[in-house]
Amino acid sequence: MLNHVLRRFFQAFLVLILVALLIFLMLRVVPGNPIATMMGEHANAAAIERMTSELGLDQPIPVQFFRYILNALRGDFGTSYSMGKPVDRLIRTAFPNTLILALCAALFAWVVGIVCGTISAVRKNSVLDRLFMGFSLLGVSVPVFMAAMILQYVFAYHLHWLDISGVKSWKSFILPAVALGWNSAGSISRLVRSTLLEILQADYIDTARAKGRGQAGVLIFHAMRNAMLPVVTMMALQLSSLLSGAVITESIFAVNGIGRLAVQAIEGRDIPLLQGTALFSTALVILGNLTADLLYGVLDPRIRKEVVR
Amino acid sequence: MRNILEVRHLCAGFPTLKGEAVAVNDVSLTVPEGKIVGLVGESGCGKSMTARAVMGLIRYPGRVISGSILLDGRELVGMPKKEKRALRGSEMSMIFQEPMTSLNPVMKVGRQVEEAIRIHEKVTAEEAARRSVEILTKVGVPEAKKRCLCYPHQLSGGLRQRVMIAMAMILGPRLLIADEPTTALDVTVEAQILQLMRTLSSGGTGILLISHDLGVIAQLCDHVYVMYAGRIVESADVNELFDRPLHPYTRGLLNSVRSLRGGGDVLDTIPGAVPNLTRMPAGCGFSPRCPERCDECVMDVPGLVDMGNGHLVRCRPAEGEEAK
Ligand SMILES: Nc1ncnc2c1ncn2[C@@H]1O[C@H](COP(=O)(O)OP(=O)(O)OP(=O)(O)O)[C@@H](O)[C@H]1O
Ligand SMILES: [Mg+2]
Repeated sequence: MLNHVLRRFFQAFLVLILVALLIFLMLRVVPGNPIATMMGEHANAAAIERMTSELGLDQPIPVQFFRYILNALRGDFGTSYSMGKPVDRLIRTAFPNTLILALCAALFAWVVGIVCGTISAVRKNSVLDRLFMGFSLLGVSVPVFMAAMILQYVFAYHLHWLDISGVKSWKSFILPAVALGWNSAGSISRLVRSTLLEILQADYIDTARAKGRGQAGVLIFHAMRNAMLPVVTMMALQLSSLLSGAVITESIFAVNGIGRLAVQAIEGRDIPLLQGTALFSTALVILGNLTADLLYGVLDPRIRKEVVR
Repeated sequence: MRNILEVRHLCAGFPTLKGEAVAVNDVSLTVPEGKIVGLVGESGCGKSMTARAVMGLIRYPGRVISGSILLDGRELVGMPKKEKRALRGSEMSMIFQEPMTSLNPVMKVGRQVEEAIRIHEKVTAEEAARRSVEILTKVGVPEAKKRCLCYPHQLSGGLRQRVMIAMAMILGPRLLIADEPTTALDVTVEAQILQLMRTLSSGGTGILLISHDLGVIAQLCDHVYVMYAGRIVESADVNELFDRPLHPYTRGLLNSVRSLRGGGDVLDTIPGAVPNLTRMPAGCGFSPRCPERCDECVMDVPGLVDMGNGHLVRCRPAEGEEAK
């Protein structure tokens, strides 16, 4: 088991290095001198050259990359050009907002998704089932920015229950979390419903009922545990995409998180910052996948056994 | 002798586009205390459906249409769900056809075995665990304590089937329904499981043994019901049935087994197949395949007639023959 975990960690680390290389190369093969682009049209040649050597960009690319990785391992991602602050400090101040937003969105998605999916499966084809599945279809098909604007319109502009944007208190996270989590809630409730419906047909469900389990007992002790296998995997994967995919939501609701930072980096042609945020988000996704993988192993004894071997 | 189970004129079926498909048609059968009663018939003739009807576990959208099911004198048809649930697992239990998929894959074997105790009795965890080890040992699971900590996929087919039996037996039910308990097993394991059934029934449990293997039925049962296309077509004590099979279908079944055992060149099979439930022939369901069919057979369904010795048969030509 430990062996397996270590191997997975090592694989994840390799993927991370590879992705770093990709991001690094992509930002360097864009045509034109990035420093010139960064400093704008009016900078003179001498200043550009000075900046280039200051950032080490006159070195050969392998050297640059090696140095970047070494520094990154020490937590140094360079200095943001547009904000004049170390990239790691910027990320560190932005991350809590992203994390809170993602966790709230995930919590919303999981609770709503599991509850609605379960009710839908148990009361298949009822009015509630149709209602929930309608909402989840909306969730998976309406783009985040639409959902965000609808929520802003209804709850902030029209009902005045919540602020339109900006972070003032915990309440400020409600609308963005719902906007961001709606999509996940939709896919989770659909997955829970279809998985449960399939599992409720399984032979071991009959066995449980033959022992005298009632509907609730069958659901809690037998169906849910089995249904959770694919659901937990999906949840872990979603958490990582919620953490890294809040660019639009953060911008619309003016939440100062990683996503917004990345947008600012692009706008400010800020290569160190862009590189840092991209790498950080990638790391989150890889971590999410790793967690999903390991969780599945813990939850499913059949896999656990293979792992032990 | 007390009758643990009395099924009277049971009909059960599924709604289909062409109306209700009646999979169990006017079935009556009796399982006395301490006896093993066989239910035989080809695949799809309604054996499992009958068993599920007794347990109250017919899958949606199937249902019991009419008839009565008495468990130790209590009517099960129309009994409130909660009362029925209290009987399942304690008074009556069932071993399902598929030992490979009938155990929960993510629950330890021990917990699954003791589950019935936890549902029906108030006992401590230690007591429940102790009793599950005890019953597993009794049904011949070696190193039962260790096996309790296993997951189903870590056990062989034979062990899983024993676990299923242990699970069904743990509260000492009055009625045990065993749906093809040995189909998935090899011969030695089968013999052990059958021996186990014998022991159980000598302890007073009434067993309804479903099988399409006449060999198993001959070894084990006291009384046999032969089912065809949803109906009981013949019923007799086991020796009577094997010595004097009256229904052409029963004879066909016996002949096919004998030709298998005898190692003859030609396998004696019954030509044709079980009719589709929604396209039942008029009259006797077996008539399209019957070598002894006469004009009357296709007119209407013959009744079950007592031919003496409690030997019942649903066949006009057979009645006529005996009368001669
Ligand atoms: N969900 C369903 N919908 C419609 N018909 C069904 C359904 N389940 C079973 N049947 C039909 O009911 C009939 C009886 O099925 P049953 O499972 O009782 O057969 P069986 O005698 O147990 O056969 P086997 O030996 O294969 O187990 C079959 O003709 C089958 O096609
Ligand atoms: Mg069956």
